[in-house]
Amino acid sequence: MFAIFKREISAYFNSIIGYIFIAVIYFFGGLFFWATSLFPQNAELSGVFDNMTMIVQFIIPILTMRIISEDLKLKTDQALLTAPISTASIALGKYFSTVFVYLMGICVTLFYAATISFFTVPDWVVIIGNFVGLLLLGMALISIGMFISSLTDSQIVAAVATYAISLFIVLMDGISGFFNKSFVSKIFSYLSFSGHYKNFTLGILDWSDMTFFISICVIFVCLTAYVLEKRKWS
Amino acid sequence: MVEVKNLVKRYNGKTAIDGVSFNISEGEIVGLLGPNGAGKSTTMNIITGYIIATQGFVRINGFDILKNPLKAKAQIGYLPEQPPLYLDMTVGGYLNFIYDLKKVKLKKSEHISEICEKTEITDVYDRPIKKLSKGYKQRVGIAQALIGYPPLIILDEPTVGLDPKQLVSVRNLIKSLAGEHTVIFSSHILHEIQEVCDRIIVINDGKVAADNNKNDIIESASANRSIVVHIEGDKDKVLDVLRGIENVIDVENTADIEKNVSEYVMSYESSHDIRKAVFKELAANNFPLVKLELSDVSLEETFLKLTEEKSTPQEASQETAGDWAESESHETKEDSAEAQVQEAGQDESQNGERDDLEGEDTQNGNDKEQE
Repeated sequence: MFAIFKREISAYFNSIIGYIFIAVIYFFGGLFFWATSLFPQNAELSGVFDNMTMIVQFIIPILTMRIISEDLKLKTDQALLTAPISTASIALGKYFSTVFVYLMGICVTLFYAATISFFTVPDWVVIIGNFVGLLLLGMALISIGMFISSLTDSQIVAAVATYAISLFIVLMDGISGFFNKSFVSKIFSYLSFSGHYKNFTLGILDWSDMTFFISICVIFVCLTAYVLEKRKWS
Repeated sequence: MVEVKNLVKRYNGKTAIDGVSFNISEGEIVGLLGPNGAGKSTTMNIITGYIIATQGFVRINGFDILKNPLKAKAQIGYLPEQPPLYLDMTVGGYLNFIYDLKKVKLKKSEHISEICEKTEITDVYDRPIKKLSKGYKQRVGIAQALIGYPPLIILDEPTVGLDPKQLVSVRNLIKSLAGEHTVIFSSHILHEIQEVCDRIIVINDGKVAADNNKNDIIESASANRSIVVHIEGDKDKVLDVLRGIENVIDVENTADIEKNVSEYVMSYESSHDIRKAVFKELAANNFPLVKLELSDVSLEETFLKLTEEKSTPQEASQETAGDWAESESHETKEDSAEAQVQEAGQDESQNGERDDLEGEDTQNGNDKEQE
């Protein structure tokens, strides 16, 4: 697993994708930090985090589109699947490498918090809550993106499908309103990412919300390992 | 070492391989031979655990590939049809990654540099794989299969894309693996299989058409043999004498060699050698025998026979004619190419090997068809 983790990290930075991802995060992070904190002289970082959730939903598909599709296209999956490692290790190695690159991007928000701490005492509880929320949201989207990437050898198809699902997740709250408190409405409300995300923005680390996001990660990493395994049988 | 029993693989209702069984002992070099689409790659993919058979089992060193996949896979080094290379990595980075992936216990840097020397890729160690020529990529593919020196090495058409000099060195490398490693090696270049392997498994239409020692396969497939003779004398009278010899099936006058000397091809049952009888009869009738040559049955002819028997007449003629032409062109090119290598060897030190980098491939155009 560690060999794959290392290789995937290097793959992100051997190509332009890793740099683009980090650059976009840093650019928009910096822009929102200036616009919502520095310019209005506001010690809160909620404005930054709120906008960052939107940005990560748009750029995570770029990060995940190649993760397994590229192996299927280049047939490098043959090297992985004939090596003495399990499909779960392959999926986990790839998953954690992407999470690591994502973490490198969003850690910039902690730098903003440290900058504010030179001038005033920031609300660390809210900042940590927002940071954990942003991390878990990203981890869940990465797991979904990786699963979709394992279904196709086309990176474009993987990216577009992950975008579509990210969009669906954003719209899920609105969709649940169409079903007037029916059973379907309850399901949509429960599955809504924004519903579970709200508490983090207030600095509340609720176990049920954390479990929700972690469950999404576990389910989609397992599904990815399953797809890799099932391909052997087809 | 390798136990393959009754393998069946069906894709969407189509049977790719049907009841393939064979055993391979330690240290053997076995050639897997068959026309395109016969099931060679499918068989190799099943042995390596890349795909799983619909029926049957594979055991490597006693480890079942399905029940104990990690231990079974640890015994194998595999070069698939398309080398599994990460183009964004350097050769060194890639081989280090494969070393880590296979959890090899040998001394890392020494082991990798030894393999680079064996496969002659030391000079491109720091180059990105995407900038290498096809020949170098193929050799990096072979190098990754050798990482960890696994007991079983499986190479699916390893010489595709290599230039003549590399062809010879890769064949020698494969031969050098005999004894210490068991090698399964597929190719549609018959000449290559004949040169490298002792045992041949012919796969046709997803079934094992033949599995034996190289010479035994050729012998068993040839019920009739032929000799070529040059005889001085009147053609009609000579033909009468030759046709009168026991066990002769057919005699044909094929050419006039020189004044009053003609060439004849005589076919006979391979179980009865007619050479002595020919000599005696011609001497008794006072026809000088100028030349007598036993016509060798080539692997190509054997291959055609074995694969034609199993295919429908139309399919066989199309498929084997294609392979025949392909293998013949390979051989011609290779033979001339090998001659060129010997010539080129003299000024090789001046030219160096850099011409293979980033430039046009100098290989003999043996791009394989997708199976």
